[in-house]
Amino acid sequence: MPVLEQPAELFEQFAGGDLEAFEVLFRQYQAEVYRWVVRIVRDPGVAEDLTIETFWRIYRAHARFDPKRSFGAWARRIATNAALDHLKAARQEEPLPDSLPERAPPDAAVQQDTRQRMTRAFGELPAKLRMAATLALIEEQPYKEIADAMGISVGAVKLRVFRAVRLLRKNLEQQGVKP
Amino acid sequence: MNQDEEQIRNLLKQSIHAGDPDLRGDLWPRMLRRLEEKSPQVPWFDWALLAALVLSLCLMPGTIPVLLYHL
Repeated sequence: MPVLEQPAELFEQFAGGDLEAFEVLFRQYQAEVYRWVVRIVRDPGVAEDLTIETFWRIYRAHARFDPKRSFGAWARRIATNAALDHLKAARQEEPLPDSLPERAPPDAAVQQDTRQRMTRAFGELPAKLRMAATLALIEEQPYKEIADAMGISVGAVKLRVFRAVRLLRKNLEQQGVKP
Repeated sequence: MNQDEEQIRNLLKQSIHAGDPDLRGDLWPRMLRRLEEKSPQVPWFDWALLAALVLSLCLMPGTIPVLLYHL
């Protein structure tokens, strides 16, 4: 995570339960955690709540933090778990939120109906597959980063993306859409 | 990446937009409120239920594999 380097004492103070050290780390990492979570859940309001939840879990787990390891990577791992819990808890039939601003206008050649069917099929994917596919296919994050954040191997991420693609294709074909 | 994945990726990116919005404000005040909240108390009947479960498992250890199978 591209944040300013922190003195080692700060991490040791945090690991010891110091609230001021936690505040410094919170202010330093909140934007990074938020950006990671919003990519997964695709809803800024939910992402803010999950950022708070992530840091709540971080604060409770302060004693387990090893000051010699990367705080950013640890925070991202916890944020990923919090986001995954949210995806699992969200009802499957709930439409996939996508209130993020567009980077580019959609291709006119792709029919609105097809896009809606794809969005619905994507929302029906199991949470772990949806998370891997979101980060790998939509957000184009490196597989290594996804693997670190999800606590699995790169091979396992590739397998989840493969399974997600296969399920999406099957679902779309059942709806009469040829991707 | 194979062709199958590329086709799905293209359709997916047309349907669900990638985005990178920034955080709109400082979340520390909300974090402080969360920290100041009392941790929820476990109701007494939850403890009673747990005690009953532990007691029944001690009296009927044969049910442990059945319970583990259904968990």
